[in-house]
Amino acid sequence: MELLIRNGFVYDPINGVNGEKMDIAVKDGKIVEKVNERRAKKIDATGMTIMPGGIDIHSHIAGGKVNAGRLLRPEDHFKDVEPKTAVTRSGVGYSIPSTFTTGYRYARMGWTTVMDPAMPPLEAKHTHEELSDTPIIDKASYPLLGDWWFVLEYLRDGKIEECARHVAWMIKATKGYAIKLVNPGGLEAWGFGRNVESIDDPVPYFGITPREIIRGLCKVNKLLNLPHTIHVHTNNLGKPGNYVTAIETMRCVEDLAEDGKPAIHITHCQFCAFKGDDWRTFESGAEEIANYVNAHSHVTMDMGQVIFTDTTTMTADGPFQYTLHMLSGNKWTNHDVETETSAGIVPFHYRRKSYVHATQWSIGLELALLIKDPWKILMTTDHPNGGPFIAYPRIVAWLMSRKAREATLKRINPKARSRSLLPSIDRELDFYEIAIVTRAGQAKALGLKNKGHLGVGADADIAIYNFNPETMDPSKKYKAVRRAFKRAAYTIKSGHVVVKDGEVLKHIDGATMWVDVQLREPCEIEVNENMKRRFKEYWTVEFENYPVSEDYLAVSHPIPVKADV
Amino acid sequence: MPIVKAVTCPVCGSLCDDIELTIENGEIVKVKNGCAMCEAKFLSHRSEHRIRKPLIRKNGELVKTTLKEAVQRAAEILAEANYPVLYGWSSTSCEAISVGIELAEEVGGVIDNTAVVCHGPSLLSVQDVGIPSCTLGQIRHRADLIIYWGCDPWSAHPRHIERYTAFSEGRFEKSAWRGYIAKIRTLIGRKKIQSTVRRLVFKKPPEIKAQLEPTFVPSIAKEGRKLIVIDVRRTKTAEMADFFVRVEPGKDYELLQAFRALIRDQELEVDSVAGVPVGYLEEVADAMVSCDFGALFFGLGLTMSGAKLRNIDAALSLVRDLNMRTKFVIMPMRGHFNVTGANTVFTWQTGYPYAVDFSLGYPRYNPGETSVVDVLLRGESDAALIVASDPVSNFPRKAAEHIAKNPLIYIGPHMDVTAQVADVVIPSAMVGVEASGTAYRMDHVPIPLKKVVDPPRGVLPDEEILRRILTEVRKIKREKAKAEAA
Amino acid sequence: MAEKPKLKVVLLTGRTIEQGVGKELGKSTREYVESVSVCYMDPGDMRKLGVKDGVNVQVSTAFGSVVVKAKKSLRAPHPGVIYIPYGPWANVVVDPETHGIGMPSFKGVPAVVEPTDKPVLGLEELLKQQFGKG
Repeated sequence: MELLIRNGFVYDPINGVNGEKMDIAVKDGKIVEKVNERRAKKIDATGMTIMPGGIDIHSHIAGGKVNAGRLLRPEDHFKDVEPKTAVTRSGVGYSIPSTFTTGYRYARMGWTTVMDPAMPPLEAKHTHEELSDTPIIDKASYPLLGDWWFVLEYLRDGKIEECARHVAWMIKATKGYAIKLVNPGGLEAWGFGRNVESIDDPVPYFGITPREIIRGLCKVNKLLNLPHTIHVHTNNLGKPGNYVTAIETMRCVEDLAEDGKPAIHITHCQFCAFKGDDWRTFESGAEEIANYVNAHSHVTMDMGQVIFTDTTTMTADGPFQYTLHMLSGNKWTNHDVETETSAGIVPFHYRRKSYVHATQWSIGLELALLIKDPWKILMTTDHPNGGPFIAYPRIVAWLMSRKAREATLKRINPKARSRSLLPSIDRELDFYEIAIVTRAGQAKALGLKNKGHLGVGADADIAIYNFNPETMDPSKKYKAVRRAFKRAAYTIKSGHVVVKDGEVLKHIDGATMWVDVQLREPCEIEVNENMKRRFKEYWTVEFENYPVSEDYLAVSHPIPVKADV
Repeated sequence: MPIVKAVTCPVCGSLCDDIELTIENGEIVKVKNGCAMCEAKFLSHRSEHRIRKPLIRKNGELVKTTLKEAVQRAAEILAEANYPVLYGWSSTSCEAISVGIELAEEVGGVIDNTAVVCHGPSLLSVQDVGIPSCTLGQIRHRADLIIYWGCDPWSAHPRHIERYTAFSEGRFEKSAWRGYIAKIRTLIGRKKIQSTVRRLVFKKPPEIKAQLEPTFVPSIAKEGRKLIVIDVRRTKTAEMADFFVRVEPGKDYELLQAFRALIRDQELEVDSVAGVPVGYLEEVADAMVSCDFGALFFGLGLTMSGAKLRNIDAALSLVRDLNMRTKFVIMPMRGHFNVTGANTVFTWQTGYPYAVDFSLGYPRYNPGETSVVDVLLRGESDAALIVASDPVSNFPRKAAEHIAKNPLIYIGPHMDVTAQVADVVIPSAMVGVEASGTAYRMDHVPIPLKKVVDPPRGVLPDEEILRRILTEVRKIKREKAKAEAA
Repeated sequence: MAEKPKLKVVLLTGRTIEQGVGKELGKSTREYVESVSVCYMDPGDMRKLGVKDGVNVQVSTAFGSVVVKAKKSLRAPHPGVIYIPYGPWANVVVDPETHGIGMPSFKGVPAVVEPTDKPVLGLEELLKQQFGKG
């Protein structure tokens, strides 16, 4: 099928295109030089904004934890339903939408690729079953490896290469995309109800520190040549004073960076940019973090922006979720996974009038605006932890418009307002920068070569928004920006027009991407044999029932990578 | 003779996946590692009680028919119905369940799984309180205190104790089976002595007195793993336990709340609760707070009796409270091998674990209203599709009566009680024996099911049958719409 | 003729390993039917009623009445409590009320047990009697 999109204002930062009026040609799901003008279906994008399809580097949309959240919260769904239509399946929202609804809602906003950031390896099949049931968008998932016993043991013994080989086995076995660390060491300690307090606090019974885990897996990541860096949820997340831990975490891999390339991704940084000794003295640590990031090139991060709404917090950070439960008194689900990881879920309402919540809202935006290079700080809400992803249009408006920020600032807790750095920040992102923080930068950080841009050969994932950058000023017309991003004029996925004027036209399957790590020949068999031998001791399932076969992926998209071990 | 290893057993929620089967001439002839139920299931694939041909009721009698006609008739029943019930799902694969939900959405019916009559109240309580839990391996590696409350794994989950709890071997905790063997020996010895004494001294055995007295009081303080059983009867599992607490029927709620008070160091102003002396309760409560990792498993003894979901509320709250003192987890003992999978698939596709009503075009959930037993008791359904379940044999008579009155479609491998009163019977392959798929263990770990032998000729898996019915339903609806337009 | 003795009890229903094996073998097998058309009783209660192991008893509740075989419980003592494994026989007498949560009362139903001369119905007869189909 051929498609010709005419006359739109194109923002394609990877190719340096900044709002130029141009046509885009699509054939067989890819961007091409040109198409047969007569045969091609034409879309008139005159007066509209065109960007590559949106990408989300960190959004909890599938798997055991997300589903435990859905189960926990019928009250979340009652208020937000999606009836079946001639082309779409029915479903529910709000903060933890059912799988079909998740796919449709991303597509309606013009997002076409989403990374689920926390897959417990033992339950990887579950994550993939849900991803396969999430229509339209492409997706991938990061296996949780920071507390896996094999990793702890090999790194403790200094066997980096051995560790790398086993991590490679795991990424393949789980059909994973990147190495995820959550409160490294803390989750193993949580197995007995404990935690680690700093990156140098030893993990009980394992004789290793979080610093050694982070450095070790950073080296492993490099040995395996994975497309993304290690993806880190820091220790002490959600605690006042934790901006120090965040900076220590970034600093501890400084020497491992090469040629100015990123070596670590700090995720939902808002949650680890807290200053103060306790909740009373709590304040923003965004400036300190931004100063560090502005001076270093080995870090990328995402915002984890807070939205004032009722949402559901869910992370693999079991001890943090327990603290949140004790703090809020809200219901609490915990799910520890043998030899690997843990998870916790607590419903949470961010209130404008709460000093802490309002300050958290401010921190996210401060980070995005104070970090000068937009390629380093990407837009997320850590869905659904900071708020549901359907709030992205609001964040885009806050980033583009000082006026939009002021409108919200006026209504938040007065103490939070008086301490917020936002009134002192004039910066307003333009569409080029928005395209970076929502697409191009995300693709670059993830190492997705065919996504996040509109150059020839790229995947034909395209968003068209009904906003005319020539005649309208987003800084003033921020509500029009919000409307445009809420309901894309068109969303094109793999060359199919899947959304028009915010309505889903077509239910198609998206692909699941995974990294097919290829080790040097003899190692593969050796690792396999070793795993087989130790399996019964570590897990309660049989070796051959553990890996995720490709049958579990509705559309499997392996990305081959040659490792250096 | 080919041997197939690492086969998953499709019987109970323990989902043991280490079964070894010997296949001879396309039949399973030997089952290794499994329990009695596992063996019976794998050997039953060649049973004479299988249904081999589709059946359809004509003039009151079930007669043989073709698959095509049976599917057609089933589709007509569903397409014509206003408010059909689609029930079962706990003994089939997640893949089949997924098609079932699509079918329910298409016909605007109520879809419900067997959780509604087993751990439905547990799910409702989880929605109230949350649940601190984990995978079973976590318990194997770490738990030094294991409590079974209102459940009898020896009968319902025969390998649960050896694979996952007291008698399993973990990284931080070792198996307690040696201690158990020693205990049995002394017990047998003691019994022999007692009976000899009785024969010599008494003519008639003395009445058993003080039945509340726990048998092994000192063992509560023993080193290593401890096993406590709380039940209304001295079950087989109770006999293995270090400590048995007999609760009066229907009084579990009182006992749970008593424990909640005790672990908060409150004093009880009574001498006994639910028939148990407070002194014993204090010992158990001490064991709870002083363990390193405790695990509480509960069964239908809690969900079905007395306060039902309020029992579970109390149990979940007790375990949540215990986390202020130590590490503690809780898990329902799920019965059917894939009831957890049914809840899981229902939840990711509709947001709710069971009792989902599609009559308004979107998922609606209100157990007590949209749950199958209530729909039947109110006599509202006008057709029923039963997959891999036997409600006529499992539901209270009044509910079963209404199913039997409805035009009834049954899909399953055996001539179950429901099949005998059905109007359309479509035989299906046994999932996990003759058809592959995925099932979820009671701790939400997904495990693949294998196809090890072929189904009888012409017999299809549930997933395929449902897909054919769905296609047929859509065809009927399309034609109807066309006719109406014309 | 003296009136036959009756005993007020609490009815529990649940799983047994025999029922578990029986259901896997097939619902129309002898093993299954024999495993679920029984009622486990406390030996003391059986003495009070004057019934022996294997004798037919009638169990009646507010919801129905069914004849099953009395069996001496291996899990005794549990005076005043009878136990019928899940199955079509138990379902005649359990409480269908869900109290608004979807779950009928399968355990803890007040019941009366008495000896009887009536036979235990086979599965087909039971279905005919209860549903008029089968």
